[in-house]
Amino acid sequence: MPDPLVKIEGLTRRFDVSKPWLNRVIERDDKQFLTANADVSFEIAKGETFALVGESGSGKSTIAKMVVGLLPPSAGTIRFDGQRIDASLGIPRSLRRRFQMIFQDPFASLNPRWRVGEIISEPIRTFGLMNATDARAEAARLLEVVGLSASDVTKYPHEFSGGQRQRIAIARALSSKPEFIVCDEPTSALDVSVQAQILNLMRDLQDEFGLTYLLISHDLSVVRHMATRIGVLYLGRLVEVAQGKRLFAEPQHPYTRMLLDAVPDLALSGRRRRPVEGEIPNPISPPSGCAFHPRCPLAFDRCRTEIPQPRPTPAGQAACHALDDMVPA
Amino acid sequence: MTDAKTEPLLSVRDLVVEFPTRRGVLRALDRVSFDIMPGEVLGMVGESGAGKSITGASIIGLIEPPGRIASGEIRLKGERIDTLGPEAMRRVRGRRIGMVFQDPLTSLNPLYTVAQQLTETIRTHIDISKGEARKRAIALLDRVGIPAAARRIDDYPHHFSGGMRQRVVIALALCAEPELVIADEPTTALDVSVQSQIIEVLKDICAERGAAVMLITHDMGVIAETADRVAVLYAGRMAEIGPVRDVITEALHPYTAGLMGSIPTLTQETDRLVQIPGAMPRLHAIPQGCAFNPRCERAFAPCRETRPDLISREGGRDVACWLYDPARTGELRDA
Ligand SMILES: Nc1ncnc2c1ncn2[C@@H]1O[C@H](COP(=O)(O)OP(=O)(O)OP(=O)(O)O)[C@@H](O)[C@H]1O
Ligand SMILES: Nc1ncnc2c1ncn2[C@@H]1O[C@H](COP(=O)(O)OP(=O)(O)O)[C@@H](O)[C@H]1O
Ligand code: SF4
Ligand SMILES: [Mg+2]
Ligand SMILES: [Mg+2]
Repeated sequence: MPDPLVKIEGLTRRFDVSKPWLNRVIERDDKQFLTANADVSFEIAKGETFALVGESGSGKSTIAKMVVGLLPPSAGTIRFDGQRIDASLGIPRSLRRRFQMIFQDPFASLNPRWRVGEIISEPIRTFGLMNATDARAEAARLLEVVGLSASDVTKYPHEFSGGQRQRIAIARALSSKPEFIVCDEPTSALDVSVQAQILNLMRDLQDEFGLTYLLISHDLSVVRHMATRIGVLYLGRLVEVAQGKRLFAEPQHPYTRMLLDAVPDLALSGRRRRPVEGEIPNPISPPSGCAFHPRCPLAFDRCRTEIPQPRPTPAGQAACHALDDMVPA
Repeated sequence: MTDAKTEPLLSVRDLVVEFPTRRGVLRALDRVSFDIMPGEVLGMVGESGAGKSITGASIIGLIEPPGRIASGEIRLKGERIDTLGPEAMRRVRGRRIGMVFQDPLTSLNPLYTVAQQLTETIRTHIDISKGEARKRAIALLDRVGIPAAARRIDDYPHHFSGGMRQRVVIALALCAEPELVIADEPTTALDVSVQSQIIEVLKDICAERGAAVMLITHDMGVIAETADRVAVLYAGRMAEIGPVRDVITEALHPYTAGLMGSIPTLTQETDRLVQIPGAMPRLHAIPQGCAFNPRCERAFAPCRETRPDLISREGGRDVACWLYDPARTGELRDA
């Protein structure tokens, strides 16, 4: 990629999940760490929608928080337009203004005591982009951009449905005129008919303002509909990255294949399913080597000892030892 | 509505469920009617708040007071069960109707081992010895896919992973050999890769035992691949019922058509998802006439005035929409 807008290299995040010090002393336990993300690298080009998919606990939200500077990485770097984003280093305002985040829960992410107009114009005030009068007018204008009414500025969040609140969250994210928006499960709390409204809106806004998205979702059909490129996470590691629809047409990593086989589909394609094996292991003590090996139909000796590194595939890259033995398609 | 030859296993007629609140009486279900045939899988879909869980809860007599069944009938093999007393209802629940809920922990008692819970339930409903009940319980756990069932049976629920717990709940729901299993979002709390395992086990084991299933979910993909027929609820009313393939590929009700078009799929190319404007109304603000009319592109005069009843169409389909009014389409009304 010539000049990615976002470049993530070797991103790793560990959480200390030890029992309190006293318990540890009494029970003679060691400190315990949970690795939420390990050695994650990918790039996002300007104007594209890069999606991260994975089951719950695979580390999607942890990446989102590090990318917007809410959580410092344990190792690795995030660069936005060449500049470092790292919660522990502090992020200059001029940079901070250029990206925003939308969260999963439209009920928790809006301050219930603020009027909608104040919520939407908060980034404008924080970054000192306009005077108060202009900020109010801008909030009203943005409400119409996201399909609500300008007169809603005086209302409170509780007066809106889940889908409408997510529109307010989007209006807020747009108000500082960002180039890049991280959307963490933006429609997971919504009904499907409302999800369609929000996904259509996100696309329209992307076309209109040339936005770049990092879209996080556990829903493969949503990701397929929205993404230019897709990264698949398993137990904190990126197992495969591929060009949008090609991930579905020609999945390479055995986990991606398993996931695609597992998802029921409305299209009634009558495709035969392979039974899925096992469940996700405890992230505190992940399996050795390739973390997927206990569930993998292709696993062999090397998989149990050596962590696979990403290697090129026809549509991207995948981290799997079995791919070494295959003739490239 | 049903084949004259086979009696429905469960028959729900004009069911009305009400909740008295400070804002007045809310009608969570408003004249809901449907049948479940022996051995069939009926999917029940609808958006959040449509009344899916309340429908399930009324069948098993678990509507929380002050909520109540205000009118209508529920029959199991022809016998009224909505009028049974608490004790008689408890016997129906468990023995004749099994239940699987979203959170496996609501169905399992954390203080007892899986063996205690299964053998206790079996022996409440079936007159066999403790040893015999334990044997059955182990066989059932083995069948739902618990590895080393003979050993794991003496574990407590918290020793199992989420997916394994839901398998235990399925075993518990089926251990008294019920005729009907009501599963309310049985996989919503589980990981995607585990969901398909659970649905498969539930479907296969019910088929083996000839138990019918009422599968409540908001996941249309699960319904498409699992159900024989599907019922679509909207704002506490039945919008449409029919064979699953027909309803998905050529929905009759404008709401169902919009709903199907709004869901992205894994194989089809759609640049833009179908968008239904607005949202489902709250119970205290259900519009006059057809509950869907303010959101419906095809609404015409009668839709705003009178609520459409379920109209039977050929192919075992029913739809509540004025577009299919025989008086309008020139068809003969089925006597
Ligand atoms: N105890 C109660 N008091 C008042 N209203 C209630 C009560 N329980 C349910 N309702 C209302 O009845 C309607 C139907 O609820 P129900 O739980 O059946 O919805 P659902 O279709 O299962 O939705 P979901 O997909 O969110 O589970 C909702 O509008 C709900 O707010
Ligand atoms: N603050 C935290 N402390 C300890 N563990 C955490 C914390 N945040 C996340 N985790 C753990 O990190 C893993 C990844 O979490 P998350 O990024 O939220 O996953 P996802 O969004 O994919 O569901 C999980 O095992 C989770 O329990
Ligand atoms: S009855 Fe009228 S408003 Fe209701 S769905 Fe049919 S056409 Fe639309
Ligand atoms: Mg998350
Ligand atoms: Mg429910």
